[in-house]
Amino acid sequence: MTTQMDAISRSPTAASAAISPARRFYWSVRREVWENRSIYLAPLAVAGLIVVASLINSINLPGQLHVSSLDPAEQHRIIEQPYTFAALLLMFSTMVVGVFYCLDALQGERRDRTILFWKSLPVSDLTTVLAKASIPLLVLPLVTFAVTVVTHAIMLLLGSVRLLASGQSAGILWTQLSFFQMWGQLLYHLIAAHSLWWAPFWGWLLLVSAWARRAALLWATLPLLAIGMVEGIAFNTSHLGHLLGHRFMGGPESATPAGNPMAMNSMTPATPVEYLSSPGFWLGLAMCAAFLAAAVRLRRSREPM
Amino acid sequence: MACIEARGLRKAYGTTVALDGVDLRVEEGRILGLIGPNGAGKTTALNAILGLIAYQGELKVLGRDPWRERDELTRDVCFIADVAVLPRWMRVAQVLDYVAGVHPRFDRAKAEGFLARTTIPRGGKVHELSKGMVTQLHLALVMAIDARLLVLDEPTLGLDILFRKQFYDSLLSDYFDGSRTILVTTHQVEEIQHVLTDVMFIDRGRIVFARTMEEVESRYREVAVRPEQLPAARALNPIHERQGIGRSILLFEAVEGPRLASLGEVRAPSLADLFVAVMDSQGQPQGAPR
Repeated sequence: MTTQMDAISRSPTAASAAISPARRFYWSVRREVWENRSIYLAPLAVAGLIVVASLINSINLPGQLHVSSLDPAEQHRIIEQPYTFAALLLMFSTMVVGVFYCLDALQGERRDRTILFWKSLPVSDLTTVLAKASIPLLVLPLVTFAVTVVTHAIMLLLGSVRLLASGQSAGILWTQLSFFQMWGQLLYHLIAAHSLWWAPFWGWLLLVSAWARRAALLWATLPLLAIGMVEGIAFNTSHLGHLLGHRFMGGPESATPAGNPMAMNSMTPATPVEYLSSPGFWLGLAMCAAFLAAAVRLRRSREPM
Repeated sequence: MACIEARGLRKAYGTTVALDGVDLRVEEGRILGLIGPNGAGKTTALNAILGLIAYQGELKVLGRDPWRERDELTRDVCFIADVAVLPRWMRVAQVLDYVAGVHPRFDRAKAEGFLARTTIPRGGKVHELSKGMVTQLHLALVMAIDARLLVLDEPTLGLDILFRKQFYDSLLSDYFDGSRTILVTTHQVEEIQHVLTDVMFIDRGRIVFARTMEEVESRYREVAVRPEQLPAARALNPIHERQGIGRSILLFEAVEGPRLASLGEVRAPSLADLFVAVMDSQGQPQGAPR
């Protein structure tokens, strides 16, 4: 009887303190960032290097601009190049972070047995896997964008100070660089390409991480290589290689100009409509969803190593 | 309502049978000790109850199927699976933040109160804490969660005796309120003997002994018998016999006190002695649990 009374008197407080799925997701993402500090430390370190490099570069800036002042196109190139290069470097660094993060995300917790602690709390496998997938799909692109914007601002400041110190007008930097257009392109590129277009890659890496007991990197790459080789020997074709290469290096058909596909500019012609109307885009998202669903199932049934 | 109810619970890993038709029923408000030799299936049984592994047979925990309804169940069930599983990189304050963020029944003030009684530094990381402190931290978390079932799998493994005693003392005085259920497995049988209300022995995937502690205390007697009285004592069908110093120690079940008193000194057996006796009678001599 007493126990019943206790149960009744306890239940209202328990019911009132419900936690929404969004809140659980938020805390799950937060804990990923706590654990994997390279998510922001790596791009910040790269940004630091870029600032140092641009400090050195700015020493010659007045001279360079003076010499090439006759050719506006050349002038534009000299001014813009370091900024583009900085953005590419930062994107590359967070891409590498994303690959290693994904490979460890669902394997590490089994290796150190912390999965038993995470599973003792009311956070479902689905929420956990989605939170982990949101790191490459959402968090890393946004971190890349924010760090790039700040880096560009510092670079612009350094350049302006240098030009003013040498008695030239800094206005040339501000007129030659259209920052809002550049940043808009960058954000679009990060979301469209790094996040959504590469979604099947991220999903695949997470799935391998949930499945492999060790050497996730090898399991993620060698089977694809093996299939590619078998295909090459058996049928003398390389469809898989082309497929993966195309997925990794380029955007949807209509949006991929020849030339330097890794450059941010290669994405510029692709409008959101072109993305959304490309079957490959949707197929990739579907594959990502399938990989993540499989990862959820694996996390549920796999035991700590 | 039964807190845990299992019928014909089976689990096999390849050809190894970890659980071989377990039947058990644990009422709410009990503190059950599940005791067994290594590899007897204790952890497998707990994992099935916690919904961490799939199984065959029937199992209901708080009226739910733990494998299919694990997400709902985790709100009412807490567990400490081993002392080492708190993430080593996490700061103590982060652990509190996170649990408060995801658990609807976590009372942060309560956890802070428990921690204030320890020497755990708030800004410290888990890997900087001693093993005893990590267990204290985990216990503080669990005690601040208003759960209906608490599962402890070797919670005090590797701790010194002071920590172990403190662990069970705070569990009893600060957590257990008569309506919650606690299920604990451990090798340190003697230390939890006075904590339990029920005990089960598990051996090779089967429950071989299930009694309330009252039954254990009233039904079982141990008698130190001198050699000359041994034949008379054996005639009363002891369930186990072992050699003491100059006497044989015989364990009896449900034999009247006066008849035993005439044979020698009578006392209540410890749970560890009872465990050894039951395991021996299963035809599998096992080292006594410490």
